[in-house]
Amino acid sequence: MSTAIDIRSVVKRYGTATALHGVSLSISDNEFFTLLGPSGCGKTTLLRCIAGFEDVTEGEIRLFGQNIAGLEPNHRPVNTVFQQYALFPHMTVLDNVAFGLKMKGMGLADRTARAGKMLEMVHLSAFADRLPSQLSGGQQQRVALARALAPEPKVLLLDEPLSALDLKLRQAMRVELKTLQEQTGITFIFVTHDQEEALTMSDRIAVMSQGRVQQIGTARDIYEAPVNRFVADFIGETNLLEVTVERIEGDTARVILPGGHAITCAAVGNGPGKHHISIRPERLSLAATGDLEAVVERIVYLGTDLQLLTRLTTGEEFHIRLQNSARTALPPPGSTVALHLEEGAARLLAD
Amino acid sequence: MAGMTPTPKGNGTGYRSLVGPLLLPTWVVIGIFLVLPVALMAVYSFLTKEFRGGVIWDFTLAAYDQFFLNRGLFGDEPPTLEWTYITIFWRSIWQAALATLICLIVGFPTAWFIATRPPKARAIWLFLVTIPYWVNLLIRTVSLKFLIRENGPLNESLMSIGLITDPLPLVNTNLAVQLGLFYSYLPFMVLPIYAAVERYNFALSEAAADLYASRWVTLREIVLPVVKPGIIAGCILVFVPSLGAFLAPDLLGGAKTFMIGSLIDEQFRGSQGNWPFGAAAAMILMTLVLIVLMIYARAQTKGEAR
Repeated sequence: MSTAIDIRSVVKRYGTATALHGVSLSISDNEFFTLLGPSGCGKTTLLRCIAGFEDVTEGEIRLFGQNIAGLEPNHRPVNTVFQQYALFPHMTVLDNVAFGLKMKGMGLADRTARAGKMLEMVHLSAFADRLPSQLSGGQQQRVALARALAPEPKVLLLDEPLSALDLKLRQAMRVELKTLQEQTGITFIFVTHDQEEALTMSDRIAVMSQGRVQQIGTARDIYEAPVNRFVADFIGETNLLEVTVERIEGDTARVILPGGHAITCAAVGNGPGKHHISIRPERLSLAATGDLEAVVERIVYLGTDLQLLTRLTTGEEFHIRLQNSARTALPPPGSTVALHLEEGAARLLAD
Repeated sequence: MAGMTPTPKGNGTGYRSLVGPLLLPTWVVIGIFLVLPVALMAVYSFLTKEFRGGVIWDFTLAAYDQFFLNRGLFGDEPPTLEWTYITIFWRSIWQAALATLICLIVGFPTAWFIATRPPKARAIWLFLVTIPYWVNLLIRTVSLKFLIRENGPLNESLMSIGLITDPLPLVNTNLAVQLGLFYSYLPFMVLPIYAAVERYNFALSEAAADLYASRWVTLREIVLPVVKPGIIAGCILVFVPSLGAFLAPDLLGGAKTFMIGSLIDEQFRGSQGNWPFGAAAAMILMTLVLIVLMIYARAQTKGEAR
């Protein structure tokens, strides 16, 4: 598979503030790639650098081998779906979708036909003659999508396009976006702060924080094998425990849990000393004797799951998630339980 | 009439009974300060003139006759079209249109510049634009005349740096009148455009650039149409007072730059005045302005109904 976008050591500074500290990543053709991170992590800045709305201070952005870092946005064969859609308010839906084609010099008949087809694809043919203000948020969203896809960009950039929609619509649009990406075969670069969105749609995800890429991998990689504390904490729910590392051999480590029990777990980076391990709340079970001891403080009923909010006997808060089945015998609040870590549940993290 | 068609939003029934009383002060103000004087002028324009100013209550069409028709020196020749006043009107319209265009060309970039500054700087710039308005228009126009007269600072400094050898005869020219109108009404262009640009969503320009539009095309296809209401408001606010202006043409212009405002002004001044004729000229001017505004309003509603 060829490389669609190759970002090489991109630095972006605003005066003395640095938004991107030497970001490098490459995105394959046909990939649904997500930039995920909290607000202010640099994900939108990176997207805007690719689109050309921001100049990079240092580094290169290659689009199918060509360095586009110095080009004006109107000379880059990439299109953007904006967060607030940015539909042209004085143009009809059809004219909005046809705008990029018109700018590329396509004749009236051709562009009208193609824009019509795009509207069909997003199920908005009936609204071609409306103005954007006469559409609902979800419909405007789909117009923005059709408008950006109409000129057949090599890469489509999506800047938190679902954040303004309500939950139901957002979930439906996730499926629609993924289908659209597979249908068109266009590389999607999707920016979001919503990890659920990232996990459900993406082929690969780059988790970003403080202007740096923390980890790149599939949804499964970053959920099950986070490389550092930030990723483990940001993706899904987790328990971070401070442990004493006895020794590290290759990619496994011998660590002493709070309470004195020693276990062997997977490890990334870090030498001996005090470090953190991550334990996902669903990778635990209640047992007669276990690796950790905790006092149950509260039980939250979540339907398919039960959440046990507990405190370890050494004082740390600890969450446990159990599947809700008839066989589950629940310890009453206030009782002490022993927790058994499943094979591979714990993971020693880089700081 | 807008009031005759039922509004589609029928949920305000609880407030509807309050609308009448709450609008009363507005109607009173409009009645006293707009309808009454205009009605008075309309009536005066059909009365007979008193030679020392004032009117005689004899209804006649003499004022309009004088405006449009030439019946010779003694009033006994067959009527032909009188061009004197129509020429003055035509010249005024051109002067006002030109002043509007110049204000637009200068005002749009100014408004754009101010609207794209950080919020704090915007307030300062706006304040600077309105500062001349703290000084009376008459005084400002007189100072402008002082500035551009033959031995005034402008000519003196141009001569001292050797750009010209003889002073430029600026006073009593069309150029001076244009300068006066431009100086008087520029802020009326800047402020509404500023308001429109400030509300402009710059993501639209990014979207246009993203869709392969160059800067010029973006300006033409996206920016100008979106801020158009502000531009039109600015043009009306400059054009209408320029059309009736009399200070700038009077003080800065000469006989060749005589404009409607001065014509009307003269009719109500001193003992040579002719009140009915001044009133008639004012009514004709108002009719012209209303026609322009109605054409604009018609174009607007058509654009929205599309």
